[in-house]
Amino acid sequence: MSEVQVTKSIDARGAYCPGPLMELVKGIKTAQVGDVVEVLSTDKGSAVDIPEWVNKMGHEIAYLENEGDEFKIAVKKAK
Amino acid sequence: MTKKIVILGAGSAGTMVANRLARQLGDEIKKREVEVTLISNTEKHIYQPGYLFIAFNEKPSEHFIRKQEALVHRHVNLVYDDVEKIDVEKKMVKGKKQYQYDYLVVATGSHPDLDSVPGLREGAHNFYTLDGAERLRDDLAAMEKGKILITIDVPHKCPAAPLELALMLDDYYRKNGRRKDIEIKYSYPIGRIHSLVPVAEWALPQFEKRDIKYETFFNLEEVDPKRKVAITMDGSEHHYDMLITIPAHTGAKAVLDSGIGDESGFIPTNRTTLKMIDQDDVYVIGDATNLPISKAGSTAHYQSESLVANIISRLTGRPETAVYNGKVACFLENSLEDASMITFDYNNPPQPAETSDLLHWFKAVYNELYWLNAKGIL
Ligand SMILES: Cc1cc2nc3c(=O)[nH]c(=O)nc-3n(C[C@H](O)[C@H](O)[C@H](O)COP(=O)(O)OP(=O)(O)OC[C@H]3O[C@@H](n4cnc5c(N)ncnc54)[C@H](O)[C@@H]3O)c2cc1C
Repeated sequence: MSEVQVTKSIDARGAYCPGPLMELVKGIKTAQVGDVVEVLSTDKGSAVDIPEWVNKMGHEIAYLENEGDEFKIAVKKAK
Repeated sequence: MTKKIVILGAGSAGTMVANRLARQLGDEIKKREVEVTLISNTEKHIYQPGYLFIAFNEKPSEHFIRKQEALVHRHVNLVYDDVEKIDVEKKMVKGKKQYQYDYLVVATGSHPDLDSVPGLREGAHNFYTLDGAERLRDDLAAMEKGKILITIDVPHKCPAAPLELALMLDDYYRKNGRRKDIEIKYSYPIGRIHSLVPVAEWALPQFEKRDIKYETFFNLEEVDPKRKVAITMDGSEHHYDMLITIPAHTGAKAVLDSGIGDESGFIPTNRTTLKMIDQDDVYVIGDATNLPISKAGSTAHYQSESLVANIISRLTGRPETAVYNGKVACFLENSLEDASMITFDYNNPPQPAETSDLLHWFKAVYNELYWLNAKGIL
């Protein structure tokens, strides 16, 4: 997605443990407000898990795409 | 010219790699074609999974500690030094002395950061350090009533350990008759009690059956040790009588100071070759990598198999064809007497085995076999 500037991309494909969401939590913690952290995941649970955590923590989903079994989810750190 | 292999860090991964290389390259080492140097900043080798058993006073600390010298093969050049700088351009590492290498294996581990949250160091217990496990042992034994709160931050090693702690605590206090006066509350940063769905589903019925309280989406931001409250990202306050924390981990200080890691000090690593990204002569193993897989001793064990095979291929002029497939194996203690276990890799998700006393016994046996594993025999 060209209009979103990704600050950091995390390749969590094939990761079961600690898992894509845990990698994202770690990524968001070290990011600055306004940064966009993208996660690549092959775990279809990520499409549910990640938005759920993001909403709960008050961040924003910049985009959520999938191509076959692969998900690409970007999160903007809001606070 | 002697080919110099330097292994930095003599924990589980570094010791295994050094010993496996020494066992397989005996002739080359004797002929001085190859030299294997292992750099350790400590003379003691501690089997970290033992911390959980120290905390419950199941075994004394010494049971899990050996002298590094006693574990290392005679063909390994073991040196004690605290490396400060890793210079991949000059192909050397530097502490009190300098070590030039042809191939470097970074095995400097991951380290709990008690300063990652304000107030944590003063306010919390932990079982991720020897001192912490011993203090926890004494304070758990002395605790008669009150609320134990468990908090977990990311990244951390051994993703199963906090869950095991909660389940073992329940059994420990049931056995000594204090369970009715002690509340156990477990928390987790995301929306279920473990990052792996099958593991969360394995543990949840136990939590419910055994009245282990839990809260999800629990992201610790501050601890006030005076008032004994933990404050989360949403501003809410959680009282505790004893706080047990698994703090966020960082890579080794030497990695952070050398600027070769990410912002947390983990080294960008190729997931199958275990080479540091953009460096053909640097391999990374165990907790030191940035790979999104469990930071566990079993991970280091499986990684050492392909990494050692590739280094040997390289030394003998063959192609490096061994591939690390992401394999991890973890025991899941369900109490002081029974356990489950999981194995998984990049392509196969975990499924907990049926909980049994036999698996608990198997973990106890592995705790003893570890030393053979570290020696590169198993
Ligand atoms: C409570 C607990 C329970 C666990 N349970 C399990 C389990 O059941 N199963 C499992 O598989 N794993 C378990 N683990 C995880 C396992 O112990 C680690 O993942 C494993 O030790 C990683 O090995 P490593 O060699 O990468 O790091 P480590 O074993 O931590 O070794 C790193 C070494 O590098 C040294 N070092 C660092 N910097 C320098 C420097 N600058 N110069 C020289 N030396 C340096 C350190 O002193 C250390 O000796 C557990 C861990 C804990 C804390």
